[in-house]
Amino acid sequence: MSREDVLVSAAWSEENLNTPGVVFVEVDEDTTAYDGGHIPGAVKVDWKNELQDPVRRDFVDRAGFEKLLSAKGISNDDTVVLYGGNNNWFAAYAYWYFKLYGHDAVKLLDGGRKKWELDGRPLDKEAVSRPATEYKAQEQNLAIRAFRDEVVDAIGNKNLVDVRSPDEFSGKLLAPAHLPQEQAQRAGHIPSAINVPWSKAANEDGTFKSDEELAEIYGEAGFDGSRKTIAYCRIGERSSHTWFALHELLGHEDVKNYDGSWTEYGSLVGVPVELGSGKEA
Amino acid sequence: MSDGCGAPVQGVDIEVGAGEVVLTGKVSTADGPVGGAFVRLLDSSGEFTAEVVSSPEGDFRFYAAPGTWTIRALHRSGNGEASVSADGPGVHPVSVAVA
Repeated sequence: MSREDVLVSAAWSEENLNTPGVVFVEVDEDTTAYDGGHIPGAVKVDWKNELQDPVRRDFVDRAGFEKLLSAKGISNDDTVVLYGGNNNWFAAYAYWYFKLYGHDAVKLLDGGRKKWELDGRPLDKEAVSRPATEYKAQEQNLAIRAFRDEVVDAIGNKNLVDVRSPDEFSGKLLAPAHLPQEQAQRAGHIPSAINVPWSKAANEDGTFKSDEELAEIYGEAGFDGSRKTIAYCRIGERSSHTWFALHELLGHEDVKNYDGSWTEYGSLVGVPVELGSGKEA
Repeated sequence: MSDGCGAPVQGVDIEVGAGEVVLTGKVSTADGPVGGAFVRLLDSSGEFTAEVVSSPEGDFRFYAAPGTWTIRALHRSGNGEASVSADGPGVHPVSVAVA
């Protein structure tokens, strides 16, 4: 796996807006940005309303994913280029989600909307419709998805990478600092987790740091390349960004994203929780 | 809202909860406030903490903790930063010029 297989630059993207077989998809939780101007030809996927089960806390099932992609006009043979706001958080989450359902030809636009906008590249408001397809998804690849019991079992023996901000990790805050602090579950982190905020993997313009820089960042934080790894954050989106860095860019083989993340773990009865920076442990 | 990670609409009137530390202000160029700037909250060691996009009127807002913070804004027209100290709960105003 090389960087070129999983990431495309804004310049490459602008040159390939009309390339047959390449579909640009903007993914966000708040899709008002798309509606105000999107990459020409890109279709929109609403993270909350289209990729989440409307009732249970889970993703749409295989049939639901097939129906969604068919309606969006994405075929099994298409190369999907994902981008979004928030430094590609939800685009990275969608990347992991597409891999979960077996779509291999998927790439991230390095830097997402931010890099595209800072470069002054074109956006338009044209309605985009693509002819419907008959998309076929695979069963979920659970080699990349972690559930709560295996997270508890991983304490002390796998790399647990908590990618939230230091204040969330230590228990001072329950959510990132751009969100209201209104949640009720316990604060803190999973014992034995290392804290490598997702943002360490990104440059200021939202692009990923080089492989050499990434290896140094995780190594210095105590990441053990000989161990299996589970990444988590609050709801699984920032940890998808780190999953991408560890699994897709650095090539670590056994890396899972725990999409339940702190909103699940921090509400479980009886599991161990650690406060503070964790560095003295 | 609590399950989401997209930032709330920037610039609308807000109620500040008890104990909340709110850092808020505008991003401006020489020509006035600018929307669409990427506004980054950096802690006292310069470490990235959070990011929002300024509203069409240039407004941004962070929910932080007490301490000294740097607000850094990136925009097509240029970048800039400003510092703000929040000694306790409440609304702490700070504005950022980009050039």
